[in-house]
Amino acid sequence: MNNRWQGVSFTDRLATVDYRVGERAHIVVDSDVCRSCTTKACVTACPANLFAPTAEGGILFNYEDCFECGTCYMVCNNDGAITWTYPDGGFGVVFHRG
Amino acid sequence: MTSYDAIVVGAGPAGASAALALARAGRRVVMVERGLFPGAKNVYGGVIYGRVLDDIIPAWWEEVPFDRWVVRRSTMVMTPNQSLSIDYRTDAWADAPYNGMTATRSRFDAWLAGRAVAEGATLVTSTVATGLIRDQRGAVVGVRTDRDGAELLAPVVVAADGVNSFLAKEAGLLPKADAAHHTLGVKEVLKLPTEVINDRFGVSNHQGVDIEMLGCTGEVPGGGFLYTNTDSVSIGVVLSLPQLAASGRRPESFIADLKEHPSIAPLLRGATLGEYSAHLIPEGGFHVMPKLAVDGMVLTGDAAGMTLAAGIWLEGVNFAIGSGWTAGQAIDRALATGDVSASGLASYRSDLEESFVLADHRRLRRAPGLVLSERVQQRYPGLVCDLAESFFTVTNPTPKAGGRKWLQAATKKHGVRLRHLVRDGWEGMRTFG
Ligand SMILES: Cc1cc2nc3c(=O)[nH]c(=O)nc-3n(C[C@H](O)[C@H](O)[C@H](O)COP(=O)(O)OP(=O)(O)OC[C@H]3O[C@@H](n4cnc5c(N)ncnc54)[C@H](O)[C@@H]3O)c2cc1C
Ligand code: SF4
Ligand code: SF4
Repeated sequence: MNNRWQGVSFTDRLATVDYRVGERAHIVVDSDVCRSCTTKACVTACPANLFAPTAEGGILFNYEDCFECGTCYMVCNNDGAITWTYPDGGFGVVFHRG
Repeated sequence: MTSYDAIVVGAGPAGASAALALARAGRRVVMVERGLFPGAKNVYGGVIYGRVLDDIIPAWWEEVPFDRWVVRRSTMVMTPNQSLSIDYRTDAWADAPYNGMTATRSRFDAWLAGRAVAEGATLVTSTVATGLIRDQRGAVVGVRTDRDGAELLAPVVVAADGVNSFLAKEAGLLPKADAAHHTLGVKEVLKLPTEVINDRFGVSNHQGVDIEMLGCTGEVPGGGFLYTNTDSVSIGVVLSLPQLAASGRRPESFIADLKEHPSIAPLLRGATLGEYSAHLIPEGGFHVMPKLAVDGMVLTGDAAGMTLAAGIWLEGVNFAIGSGWTAGQAIDRALATGDVSASGLASYRSDLEESFVLADHRRLRRAPGLVLSERVQQRYPGLVCDLAESFFTVTNPTPKAGGRKWLQAATKKHGVRLRHLVRDGWEGMRTFG
């Protein structure tokens, strides 16, 4: 049974979450600033696993599956790397079992 | 345009309680909530301790949308392959006035906000308050929203916008980012049939169990939790942000490990993932709580860092309700005198000092530091489990070594000095006593 627990892929995991995806990206990551980042703390800590390191040392980010938790801007120590806002009213994550 | 006496930003427990107090006092109050409905953005453990509602909504238990009344509270101290529990049970907690209930925030928050609406408050959902409006002297006089750029004006704004409170940040009351005083909670809701939960946890319908765990988050300070809902179990971990970021370990991997623990795995067998979620918790407590009132605005609930987070024992909803309710009453009085400046609103803080909200925070102000300390996190769980193992293991034909030997061996193995043990024991008494 161990393998089954470990085996929950991120796609399956996020498939359990309801989103009303808005057109505006509510979080924008400036990959140029990230290139100089040595911690890549966001890659480790984002619970929705939305920060993907690129081969050039930057970050590829997709806002669509975001929980709007705030972890990324809290742990990021590079000013200007993350522009963080809430999605427009009514958009974004809809938790049903929070 | 309707004019309001107060604008409440956020329809979580803090905001709904503030709005309820104001509406009951006959004030015109509007709640602005960014979610599709109140609760849509909110995640907690969770158990709600409802006694705070006794004076606010008499016989609240007859209408509250709960899952189960908690009749068993357990604290489990563990290593990867051991566990020791303190397990308290009383079925008296399944009768009024009850102690705690497991509940889902999408239902609970919607219910409480609905109570405020029933007494005359206005609720506007799907709307973000995007910034503060101030007069020439800097007093807060309203908020901008993202609903066609509409502005709302009122003598008082209640910041009930939760842990990331951008209103408090804009007013300069909270730092822009403060990883050191926040933890990340990640949670999985696992679906299981009601009867299976009843059997595995030894409870009957509507009775529930709450388990808090220490020693299950490896090198990252934090803790774990497990709560029974009607037909699901919530399991999750709380992780200190700076150490999580430095650990290189993904948050969900801590839950995966916890679910495989020999004391936990059998409880979850056959369960399937119903929802995965995450949310931040303000863990700083009394020492880092911001100023609670400025001219024209007060901070309530998590926006003011009011979760009582003694490490793993989390109480936040009751503190949010207590602070929101107290704020609403203080604002009503300030409106009556016509002085909504910081000094006109000062009775909010002094009333909170009198109530459990700040009394408990003051009393437990050392708890976050102690429970998240290196020894309590990394050394004591193993030490305590080894002592229990020595005590419960029958070693015949070798004679029993006895308490002092066991203690010596365990402290040595876990790198704990006796004087540390004594000092931390004393600190624990001062903290929780
Ligand atoms: C993992 C975890 C476990 C927990 N376990 C427990 C537990 O078992 N028991 C317990 O009592 N507490 C627990 N807590 C704490 C509890 O969840 C919080 O203390 C409580 O939710 C605080 O209530 P609040 O009303 O202050 O804030 P919130 O519940 O966060 O509500 C804030 C509201 O404001 C809205 N909002 C935010 N910004 C804006 C804006 N700009 N415009 C419009 N709307 C906005 C949000 O959508 C939200 O509805 C836990 C927390 C976490 C994260
Ligand atoms: S977002 Fe911040 S933490 Fe993440 S890679 Fe960029 S600079 Fe580093
Ligand atoms: S807000 Fe939370 S879920 Fe969204 S990107 Fe940042 S860390 Fe990830």
